[in-house]
Amino acid sequence: MNDACFQLKGSAVSIIVLELYQFSDASFTEQLRDKVQQAPQFFQQSPVVISLEKMPTDHSPDFAAMLEICRTFHLQPLALRAVPAHLLDAARETGLAIIPATGRNSTPLETERDAPQAEVIVKKVVEEKQVRKPSKVITRPVRSGQQVYAEGGDLIVLSQVSEGAEVLADGDIHIYGTLRGRALAGVKGDTDANIFCHTLSAELVAIAGNFILSDALRKQRWQQSAHIHLDGDNLHVAEL
Amino acid sequence: MAKIIVVTSGKGGVGKTTTSAAIGTGLALSGFKTVVIDFDVGLRNLDLIMGCERRVVYDFVNVIKQEATLNQALIKDKRTDNLFILPASQTRDKDALTQEGVGTVLDELAETFDYIICDSPAGIEKGAQMALYFADVAIVTTNPEVSSVRDSDRILGILQSKSRRAEKADEPVQEHLLLTRYNPARVDAGEMLSVSDVEDILAIPLLGVIPESEAVLKASNSGTPVILDSASDAGQAYDDAVQRLLGKELEHRFLHAPKKGFFQRFLGGK
Repeated sequence: MNDACFQLKGSAVSIIVLELYQFSDASFTEQLRDKVQQAPQFFQQSPVVISLEKMPTDHSPDFAAMLEICRTFHLQPLALRAVPAHLLDAARETGLAIIPATGRNSTPLETERDAPQAEVIVKKVVEEKQVRKPSKVITRPVRSGQQVYAEGGDLIVLSQVSEGAEVLADGDIHIYGTLRGRALAGVKGDTDANIFCHTLSAELVAIAGNFILSDALRKQRWQQSAHIHLDGDNLHVAEL
Repeated sequence: MAKIIVVTSGKGGVGKTTTSAAIGTGLALSGFKTVVIDFDVGLRNLDLIMGCERRVVYDFVNVIKQEATLNQALIKDKRTDNLFILPASQTRDKDALTQEGVGTVLDELAETFDYIICDSPAGIEKGAQMALYFADVAIVTTNPEVSSVRDSDRILGILQSKSRRAEKADEPVQEHLLLTRYNPARVDAGEMLSVSDVEDILAIPLLGVIPESEAVLKASNSGTPVILDSASDAGQAYDDAVQRLLGKELEHRFLHAPKKGFFQRFLGGK
């Protein structure tokens, strides 16, 4: 048994950054309303970092009013970024996190003691980004008329893919049952993508846009296990 | 709490209504209070198959629109105790069914019934989706023929994604395969898909195989659910299916063509 309560990890999260140029109650409200109305679902309870990098340093926006307006539109301000020295006190009062400007060490926040820590965090972020997206795992049959897409990663189907169903992945596709429908791997153009299936009975298989239909497949490992990969511009059906 | 069973298929003419009538009657005969609802608004058939067409006064849509109470619309079966029919409307279309309205009627039925059988219309449009939305159990009725199997596969996908259980991420709808109009002689001749072909493609457990039988047409025309014809092979096969639905383990029958007797072969009779 592991009795640790937690583990600390660095993680890169994609987040909305609101780059402030200037602030006045009325126009900020109006412009934010316009933006949110374009995609209300997208902004619903979205965390937001407010960046002051692009704001002239002589400005002193009313933080409390600004956060209030953000919250009325269901945004959730998380942090203030690149706060100029003269606004630091006001920024601290908001209770939000204060994070340094990107790519430079211009924020007075970083005292000599803090600087190394900040560097560690930056390194972690880079590491985390290199880790690939987790595979999408489907445990039930993919039925006729259904479509499953593994964006940015591999797709693993532990069951069958029925005729009239379509499975797609940016990476590889593994099917541990019969493939009767369509399988398209490397749909964003990855020519190194593969398709593996337990029993090949497909309507169509494609890798990076190169496809073959069932007529051609019937001559190669039909009703047998198969590994399909790209050999130049030609799809090659190999023994698994 | 009542169990809601949808009898569905995608394709038309495969035997959904015959199955709904037979399974409903079978459950009632086993002592469970059962209601069969006709979801095929505009093409109502269930009342014909169940032989109660002359007793329809109010229908399912009347109840949804609160023009009649459930008790006014429910028809008690004359032959079988514990069995009730909620007929479809013949004069409206499927838009009269609303999810909220259907949900309210089912909730009210669930208070007093053990089993609610929803006889789905063909297709994958609104009527069929309404019939399967609230289901706990699905009996997917399929003929041993490629287009029927394909449509059943499609319906299984819809059960997986558009049922209430799917939307609420509850335990998935229990799926059963019922193969109807099975003709072992034609399977042997390679003219029909075999049980194992269909099981292989659909990958769901087999509830029963109903042999193609003259008894089915005869039963439909006389308005008597075929399960009551206990001398017929189809009637017995439905009875087996009901027992399996109730949890009994029975071996599947009627999977092989009967061997012709000596005299039959000799005389060339059927």
